[in-house]
Amino acid sequence: MRRAENLPRAAAPFLGFAMLLRHHAFAIAPEQATSFMQAVTLLGPRSMNDIREAALATLAPSPDHREEFETHFRSYFYGDANPSIEGEEDDETRIKEDRGAREEEHGPAREEKGGELSSALEQLSNRDFQRDGDGLGAFGRKLASALPARRSFRTIRTRSRGTLDLRRSLSEIVSADGDIPSPLLRRRQLVPRKLLLLIDVSGSMKLHTANYVKLAHAAVQGANRAEVFTFGTRLTRITSALRIRDRDQALARAAALVDDWDGGTRMGPTLLAFLSVPRFSAFARGAAVVILSDALERGDHSDLETAIRRLSARAFRLSLATPLAGDPRFHPATAALRAILPLLDDLVDGSSVKSLSDVILSLARPAPAAETIWKRVA
Amino acid sequence: MTRADAIEIAASPEAVAARLAASRYLADDSLATAIFLAIRLGKPLLLEGAPGVGKTEAAKAVAELLGRELVRLQCYEGIDAAHALYEWNYQRQLLAIRHAGEHEIDIYDDRFLIARPLLQVLRAPEQRVLLVDEIDRSDHEFEALLLEFLSDFQISIPERGTIRAATQPIVILTSNRTRELAEALRRRCVYHWIGYPDAAREAEIIMLRAGGVAEATARAVANAVQSIRARPLAKPPGIAEAVEWANAATILEKGGSPWPEAFRRAIGVLIKDEEDLSSIAPELGAIVEEALV
Repeated sequence: MRRAENLPRAAAPFLGFAMLLRHHAFAIAPEQATSFMQAVTLLGPRSMNDIREAALATLAPSPDHREEFETHFRSYFYGDANPSIEGEEDDETRIKEDRGAREEEHGPAREEKGGELSSALEQLSNRDFQRDGDGLGAFGRKLASALPARRSFRTIRTRSRGTLDLRRSLSEIVSADGDIPSPLLRRRQLVPRKLLLLIDVSGSMKLHTANYVKLAHAAVQGANRAEVFTFGTRLTRITSALRIRDRDQALARAAALVDDWDGGTRMGPTLLAFLSVPRFSAFARGAAVVILSDALERGDHSDLETAIRRLSARAFRLSLATPLAGDPRFHPATAALRAILPLLDDLVDGSSVKSLSDVILSLARPAPAAETIWKRVA
Repeated sequence: MTRADAIEIAASPEAVAARLAASRYLADDSLATAIFLAIRLGKPLLLEGAPGVGKTEAAKAVAELLGRELVRLQCYEGIDAAHALYEWNYQRQLLAIRHAGEHEIDIYDDRFLIARPLLQVLRAPEQRVLLVDEIDRSDHEFEALLLEFLSDFQISIPERGTIRAATQPIVILTSNRTRELAEALRRRCVYHWIGYPDAAREAEIIMLRAGGVAEATARAVANAVQSIRARPLAKPPGIAEAVEWANAATILEKGGSPWPEAFRRAIGVLIKDEEDLSSIAPELGAIVEEALV
């Protein structure tokens, strides 16, 4: 406090801007605020653009929050009373990511918008989320060891079948005063592959989404590297919400994040949107990807086919779990399913938590491609 | 050369932009400002952006403008201290222990130390430019390992103590943003997001980089590439690919192919994904025709 009082008057607006950003959940460290002021001094400043450039370079807003940053900049330095708010056009697929405290802060503001969203939250939290005794605890415990594994570039100590670990052997030799005990070995570590769950939350999946989110919570708790997204008309990352250990809290947070519960489906465009964000599509690379959806795409399915082809090229194993397959008469007969069937590793029953748990726990085991199995069934 | 020399060279963002242009790298005002601030504030520069926008090239251009040697550390999953900082020469240490017999020997002497890029940069008598390329490919542990280096330009070797930089290096980190970097790393750096250039700037870059390409060709390529990037491709073409396309089309044209046909035949150097190629193929003729107008 005393420092702020001693600050030269000219520096106060810059410190004030850093504090404003911090107030809006931007992680601005004190050293960044100092660098900001130094940068402004170095640049002159000759114009407002210099101040903006200095702020961008030193306060380093992430590209996802650049628009929000610009809005705050305009409102603070230009006194823009009506900063433009992010567009709400429904015909455009929007991507949303959970950002911990940031979302919590924005939560009440969204509720004030009234009816529609609030009722969606209420609806979701009143659904299956409260039930228990569904075997998901056991599923979570088994998951880490049941996922397919790959050899990491990191190494671990081993007693046999490894290469000589000179670093550790030498320290043994030094501590044994030059005597050479048995050499220590190391080998590349086996690590579980990432698990990526893409949950369809459209109206046609209404009966199953609650169970799916519960399963996703168990997966995030059980596996080291599990990622969960929901998609309907929009794409939302809910992994951080599901990292909360308490299931009720986690599910309530996840429910609040997703805006498009029980809405329409734009499966192809939303999956393409997922693939267009490098950070998200990196989750799919080498991962076991499970799409929980009935794949009932409206209209043209070319986007869906493209998205599934790209996902299939990235993933270690791509599975589609559809609740429709719970019916013994089911056959992948729709045009969309027929088009994507050759690209899938598995097309399985996703009608119950039990069947889904079994599928996910068996992902490490080899199986014939989905197309082969369904041709056999036909 | 010292840090003072670097500060003299980077007198203003405009001076940086002019010198980068002389090194055949066209930087916009924001990038020139970020480079200027990184040099003047003595902080690392973190460049993020889509693949192919010229992040690594920017680091090379900075090294060239300052007349410094560029040391490059390519990151990958599993990279650790032994690959980035230092490694002990265990074989030599073992031999030395054997030869020493009953005598005392310091096996953590300089002659057993293998300096990897970060240590090389710290021990260099002259200021160097260090490029930590694709930091987003490394593990979180490696990012944490870098923090000491990035904030204080020093590293700690448990057996030897702390080694400080003789002259503070210029550090440039690049990331394709395939994962979120730690806040601790971001706040130590001057940050800049490099986007794709607009058509006019891209045409200038093509003119600068491609030898013997006519101005009209460069403009047409830049327009066509902008239009192609606007489509939902798995791998949107970068600037380097655009330069290659202009070059390849020019070579084909000189070999006797008329214009639109030369562009179409050279598309393989621009689009390097089979699926993208098949999705863009039906529209390619129209895109090129439109770009040539």
